[in-house]
Amino acid sequence: MTGPGRQPEMSLDGGTPRHRAGRRRGRGDPNATVPPADFTSYYGRPVVKASPWEKDIPAYLFLGGLAAGSSLLAAGGAASDRPALRRHGRITAFAAISLSFAALVHDLGRPSRLLNMLRVIKPTSPMSVGTWLLAGYGPLAGAAALGELAGSTPRGRGPLRLLSALRGPAGVGATLIAPAVATYTAVLLSDTATPAWSAARKELPFVFAGSAAAAAGGLAMATVPVSQAAPARRMAVGGALTELAAQQVMERSMGLSSETLSTGIAGRWHRLARVSTGGGVVLALTGARSRTLSVLAGLALTTGSFATRFAIFEAGQASARDPRYTIVPQRERLDAAAGETPH
Amino acid sequence: PVGFQWVMEAKARGATVIHVDPRYTRTSAVADIHAPIRAGGDIAFLGGIIHYILSRELDFREYVTAYTNAADIITDRFIDTEDLDGLFSGFDPEGRKYDTSTWQYEGASEAAAAGNRSQHDTASDTSAGDQHGSGGPAISRAEVHRDETLQHPRCVFQILKRHFARYTPDMVERVSGCPQDVFATICEAVTRNSGRDRTTAWVYSVGWTHHSVSIQYIRSAAILQLLLGNMGRPGGGIMALRGHASIQGSTDIPTLFNLLPGYLPMPKSSQPDDLDGYAQGMIGDKQKGYWANAKAYTVSLLKSYFGDAATADNDFGFRWLPKISGDHGTYQTTLDMLDGKIPGYFVVGENPAVGSAHGKLQRLAMAKLEFLVVRDLAMIETATFWKDSPEIGTGELRTEDIGTEVFVFPAAAHTEKNGSFTNTQRMLQWHHQAVEPPGDARSELHFFYHLGRRLRAKLADSTDPRDQPMHALTWDYPTEGPLAEPKAEAVLMEINGYGPEGDLSSYLELKDDGSTACGCWIYCGVGAGGVNQAARRKPGAEQSWVAPEWGWAWPANRRILYNRASADPAGKPWSERKAYVWWDEEAGSWTGHDVPDFEATKRPDYRAPADAEGPAALNGDDPFVMQADGKGWLYAPSGLLDGPLPTHYEPQESPVRNALYGQQANPTRQVYIRDENPSHPSADEPGADVYPYVFTTYRLTEHHTAGGMSRGLPYLAELQPAFFVEVSPELAAERHLQHGAWCHLVTARAAVEARVLVTRRVTPLKMGGRLVHQIGVPYHWGQNGLTTGDSANDLFGLALDRNVHIQESKVASCDIRPGRRPRGPALIAYIAASRDKAGITPETGNTALTSPAWRGLSERAEADAHNNPGGA
Amino acid sequence: MGRLSGPVDPALDAGWSEHPPRMGFFTDTSVCIGCKACEVACKEWNAIPEDGLSFTGESYDNTGALGGSTWRHVAFIEQPRQLGDRAAELPAPTGVDLGMPSIGMPSGDGTGVGAPGDVRWLMSSDVCKHCTHAACLDVCPTGSLFRTEFGTVVVQEEICNGCGYCVPACPYGVIERRSGPAGDVAVGVAQKCTLCYDRLGAGQTPACAQACPTQSIQYGDLDELRTRAEGRLAQLHDTGVSDAQLYGASPDDGVGGAGAFFLLLDKPEVYGLPPDPVVCTRDLPSMWTRAAVAAVALAGAAAMCFGGRR
Ligand SMILES: Nc1nc2c(c(=O)[nH]1)N[C@H]1C(S)=C(S)[C@@H](COP(=O)(O)OP(=O)(O)OC[C@H]3O[C@@H](n4cnc5c(=O)[nH]c(N)nc54)[C@H](O)[C@@H]3O)O[C@H]1N2
Ligand SMILES: Nc1nc2c(c(=O)[nH]1)N[C@H]1C(S)=C(S)[C@@H](COP(=O)(O)OP(=O)(O)OC[C@H]3O[C@@H](n4cnc5c(=O)[nH]c(N)nc54)[C@H](O)[C@@H]3O)O[C@H]1N2
Ligand code: SF4
Ligand code: SF4
Ligand code: SF4
Ligand code: SF4
Ligand code: SF4
Ligand SMILES: [Mo]
Repeated sequence: MTGPGRQPEMSLDGGTPRHRAGRRRGRGDPNATVPPADFTSYYGRPVVKASPWEKDIPAYLFLGGLAAGSSLLAAGGAASDRPALRRHGRITAFAAISLSFAALVHDLGRPSRLLNMLRVIKPTSPMSVGTWLLAGYGPLAGAAALGELAGSTPRGRGPLRLLSALRGPAGVGATLIAPAVATYTAVLLSDTATPAWSAARKELPFVFAGSAAAAAGGLAMATVPVSQAAPARRMAVGGALTELAAQQVMERSMGLSSETLSTGIAGRWHRLARVSTGGGVVLALTGARSRTLSVLAGLALTTGSFATRFAIFEAGQASARDPRYTIVPQRERLDAAAGETPH
Repeated sequence: PVGFQWVMEAKARGATVIHVDPRYTRTSAVADIHAPIRAGGDIAFLGGIIHYILSRELDFREYVTAYTNAADIITDRFIDTEDLDGLFSGFDPEGRKYDTSTWQYEGASEAAAAGNRSQHDTASDTSAGDQHGSGGPAISRAEVHRDETLQHPRCVFQILKRHFARYTPDMVERVSGCPQDVFATICEAVTRNSGRDRTTAWVYSVGWTHHSVSIQYIRSAAILQLLLGNMGRPGGGIMALRGHASIQGSTDIPTLFNLLPGYLPMPKSSQPDDLDGYAQGMIGDKQKGYWANAKAYTVSLLKSYFGDAATADNDFGFRWLPKISGDHGTYQTTLDMLDGKIPGYFVVGENPAVGSAHGKLQRLAMAKLEFLVVRDLAMIETATFWKDSPEIGTGELRTEDIGTEVFVFPAAAHTEKNGSFTNTQRMLQWHHQAVEPPGDARSELHFFYHLGRRLRAKLADSTDPRDQPMHALTWDYPTEGPLAEPKAEAVLMEINGYGPEGDLSSYLELKDDGSTACGCWIYCGVGAGGVNQAARRKPGAEQSWVAPEWGWAWPANRRILYNRASADPAGKPWSERKAYVWWDEEAGSWTGHDVPDFEATKRPDYRAPADAEGPAALNGDDPFVMQADGKGWLYAPSGLLDGPLPTHYEPQESPVRNALYGQQANPTRQVYIRDENPSHPSADEPGADVYPYVFTTYRLTEHHTAGGMSRGLPYLAELQPAFFVEVSPELAAERHLQHGAWCHLVTARAAVEARVLVTRRVTPLKMGGRLVHQIGVPYHWGQNGLTTGDSANDLFGLALDRNVHIQESKVASCDIRPGRRPRGPALIAYIAASRDKAGITPETGNTALTSPAWRGLSERAEADAHNNPGGA
Repeated sequence: MGRLSGPVDPALDAGWSEHPPRMGFFTDTSVCIGCKACEVACKEWNAIPEDGLSFTGESYDNTGALGGSTWRHVAFIEQPRQLGDRAAELPAPTGVDLGMPSIGMPSGDGTGVGAPGDVRWLMSSDVCKHCTHAACLDVCPTGSLFRTEFGTVVVQEEICNGCGYCVPACPYGVIERRSGPAGDVAVGVAQKCTLCYDRLGAGQTPACAQACPTQSIQYGDLDELRTRAEGRLAQLHDTGVSDAQLYGASPDDGVGGAGAFFLLLDKPEVYGLPPDPVVCTRDLPSMWTRAAVAAVALAGAAAMCFGGRR
């Protein structure tokens, strides 16, 4: 089972390495408890397995959020007679959900067996729930988007006209499912033994909801004329602020594993996300009237959302690969339950 | 591991498990006590326990007095190692051998002991134990003197006491490195667990046997067990855990050069070429015990070989048996090959290129053959040495120069053929064929039967007298199946034997008149009633705890040998708990859980008449019925070539000086003083510091011996995928060895590279103020298979035990250095440089006598003995 | 949907109204001799490919961890021996000082040499725990993982699409997608111990337990095994092995009790086991609730964005 080239930590006594923890604490994290000075593991090997997922999955998370937010924008656009926003929203939603779906399929070990997902409906499996959500959402978003495209052709005939006619109801349907599409992915991650994801379970839906709003709003800001973009801007800014605030709370409740958000690849994504999202908010608030600034702000917010998904994904992977994040909190829990003071 | 389940079961039932091993192994991990010890230190260790017993009188006195030769008095010409600085009386430094006549019982006529019995050369180039077969060596029937009070200064008991007097805990620690408190705990545990109500077993395998003093290791355990009354009793004994499947079988029906089936000695060219002379030599005058029937066993064997052609008139074909003229053991044969004396070599289920000591010598020797036949399951290094041996890499061998024609025959594995395994308990278990062998693979039985058939056909017209045995041979086994496979059970029944009334059922039925035929007398009964008794598999739960109906054990399905000793001299069990075999007064016979190893109706109080012979000459309380005097031998007056008592000697190569005697190593060890076989200087000799570390070789559970059966199997190879050596953190620091990185070991023979495993399971031992580092080296690797690596056996030279010619592969000295070894011709230069640095010549390390004091002492001692003939 | 936590009869919970007793393993690591027969037997029986000839340097463990091609894994832990580990198992000597293992060993004298015998070597054969509440099974979106009538958890190789969700879900890091050349058996598909479902069905003992020479791996009716384990634990405690502990035996633990549980001689993490594993789906209801709240909030917030000024 050992991967080739793995350089295990070999201790001189050939025995169990003791790991120093407590280095590399997230800076400026007043709530972090001082972890035990050392902990025991089996040759520093992971206790839980990191997901086998690759970059497709954070992309999938992002795109799902983008799609969901876009559907909401589209609905608002339709309701408030902002055709550009509506049109952008529907097309973006469909494009994003299609890519998201492709990413998901790409990550399967046996893509040809994709449809086996539809064998069962399992509320205990966020992926099953998600699959069914997507199974509902995808066609509706597709119909809505195609309807937009069909509606824009000069003289619609037959099927095209039908599509065009259906885009309204399809859009409504997609909109009803969209919020769930945006947040179920949080459960998808949290419903695992991956320490960082699991520890983030309370706030992650809000982070992802905010992130979805920021991404969709941001992208709309960048593409929709300023005249119709105000709700998108509000949504983007509101989403971004939610995303930032929820993450702040989340990092606290994550405890030890929040470290993984500030170190390594995840740390880099996380910093990018904060800068990008924060900057996006400032830009959006200050440059609402400027097309250029709006585009910049929108792209920054979208990027921020994208980076947030990657940060959280990578943090989870890193937290699974280092046994410290599995063992230390569990040991503390046990010791606390046994009435021992953690040392 | 499968065998170890019984150790675990014993532990679960409350047994204390003690493990004596240089390394802390998987066995140590589950043992109650692990005694770390320097490789080669066991005689000191066991001697220390013997000393502990004797000095505190903790021996099982009643048992010792009645059943051992403790009371026997030894001649006054015997001088002990204590008085000769590590040698026994009778040493001949030029011949490197002992004249054993001074070791005899008093009263045994010296002529009889030394000369009369031609079989019993007092010193011999051939192996010793096999001179006498499964019976002890003959001793003279002249009256042996005994002192039942054990007070006579020359009685065995007192000699023993003096011999081991200096094996104190302090000395044990100085010699073996075993810490005194651990040692004390063990002494206490062993003695407390022996006696009427409890027994202790010693289990050993090659940690004790691969030494130049190997036989004496086992002798030490024998003394210990006799003193504690642990022989012939349930839960006692000395268990040799034999290695290869049926390696026990291949000594019973031997693949050894110096034995015939059933431990009958191989006839020698130096002896009279007639049956009576042979039998007489084996048995001696008026021999006591069952060995007296050895002639019947021999005749029956000859009848089974030659059938009708064996008649009383032609000595039953005795003259057709090949005669040996010296040592034809595996290492001597290798050297003879090297010297061009041997044209052809059959290697059947063995991989000497990897498995035998001094691998390079093995390979160079095979390159000198005309032909080589290899029968194996895998393409082993022995079969491919001509194209990919390390010597091809260094340029010492070139494929185009090697004239050896190699024939490789794929062999059928045990699952692909019928047959029997004999295990360490002497138990035969039948295995049935499960599948047909693949492709051209055939069983050994097939190969040899059809080879014999073809040879006989070729020689059918020959009138050459030397082909006579081939004509006379019975060679007519029924065959079965599409491959014309000889019926294995037919062979088994031939081994079992038959008489006028059909299949025999016991060796007691064997006759020396030619009316019975038996392929191996000790196996007689395995086919009793025409039934393959070895195939019995009655579950343990359905029979007594001795499980007599599982397989069949020789002799006579007896599970514990010498079990008469499980009862006291009066025939009553020593204790209820340990009752095994006892005298039933009402029935007038021996009875119990096992087949009694005694004449069934001989009363415990039977006293043999003075002129009795054979079994009848044994008293009713002489349990060791195969021994010439019916006693367990604490002291072996004959039969061994290197001393009547075990004595600690250092190995051939040792960084340590013998702390007990001026004599460093076993003076009779077999060495080969040749350029190809350099040895290291030892202890304080100049150059010894070039090889400052002790290394030992051993097995990993995950691999099998020379690796042919494991290195090529993915599921085993992945479990131990690299040749590694185990070193202590201290040694790693001293030699800058990095955990997981490469290192190489250097001896005067080779440099081999391996990965470093730094582990606390290996500890340097403190001995007499100095620190001795040991290196653990598993020996499974070679160049073929899925996991490949250098071969540990290339590190060794040849130094053998004199008695049985076993190689000293459990201990030698070496250097260890970080990094990989040089390659190609640079490797040869590298090793040569090391040799030069140590100033090694062929003579180095091979001096027989190293005691400076010996000559003076022995002259004085002999003079004393002469002046004071009666002893003290 | 069955219950997500707490003690239950998993087979019944999964809908097997009539089912044989729950079967499982009690692995008593105190008698494991580290022979790895279990690893080999498992691979042989299940035709699992060899997965790497790499030397790890981690004691005698070159297997490393459970995974797609390793369903049994024997861990080797070399430790400095602590006083009391096995001291009490030694026979009580009379007269001599029981020096084993002690701090006062002659060699503990500052030479830097560890006292001989001051090491202990733990061995333990790890396997899928066949959790009462199996995260892998719960999260599997295809139904490839299922609960058998014996209460065990098995992957149906031909159904799994390799979504990989079960992998991070397992709190013990057991299940994994098999890697190897595409097209080889089960490559890309989640793999783990089946508790030899095929053998159980035929009334046979799992291959690993069958091969284990020391009965370190005991297979049987889980209730009976739990009773037996309690007895063994008490026995070890009586002989002074105070570190001995059962792991996974309690139905009240975070996974509702493991179908394969252990007797360990040290803390679980020493063996690479999580000290207090919890099935992730225990918190699923609250996660769904929060996700729903977040979703509704998102929708509401979106609506609000369209209120007010243009
Ligand atoms: N898995 C597996 N099983 C096998 C085999 C195999 O290759 N693989 N081989 C079979 C065969 S052929 C045999 S002969 C047996 C051998 O079985 P063992 O005798 O158990 O084999 P080894 O591992 O060679 O040696 C045993 C121990 O002796 C120790 N030792 C070395 N020198 C000394 C010494 O001077 N004194 C003492 N007290 N100990 C010492 C070594 O450290 C080692 O741990 O195993 C059989 N069983
Ligand atoms: N340094 C060092 N050297 C040692 C030892 C040590 O401890 N240290 N141990 C020694 C000991 S105890 C032993 S027994 C030897 C073992 O050394 P070898 O006997 O030379 O080595 P094996 O690998 O056991 O070789 C047995 C071969 O028999 C083949 N085989 C198996 N079954 C059959 C069959 O039915 N028919 C045929 N024809 N072939 C079959 C296998 O494939 C294998 O290649 O090594 C000895 N050498
Ligand atoms: S390989 Fe050795 S341990 Fe395994 S069953 Fe055969 S004899 Fe026993
Ligand atoms: S241990 Fe992991 S793989 Fe096994 S049943 Fe439990 S969750 Fe599933
Ligand atoms: S990888 Fe296979 S078994 Fe695992 S959750 Fe996905 S479909 Fe189920
Ligand atoms: S139960 Fe079967 S599948 Fe599971 S580890 Fe044991 S042998 Fe392998
Ligand atoms: S087979 Fe048994 S004794 Fe051997 S390693 Fe596995 S669990 Fe331990
Ligand atoms: Mo052997």
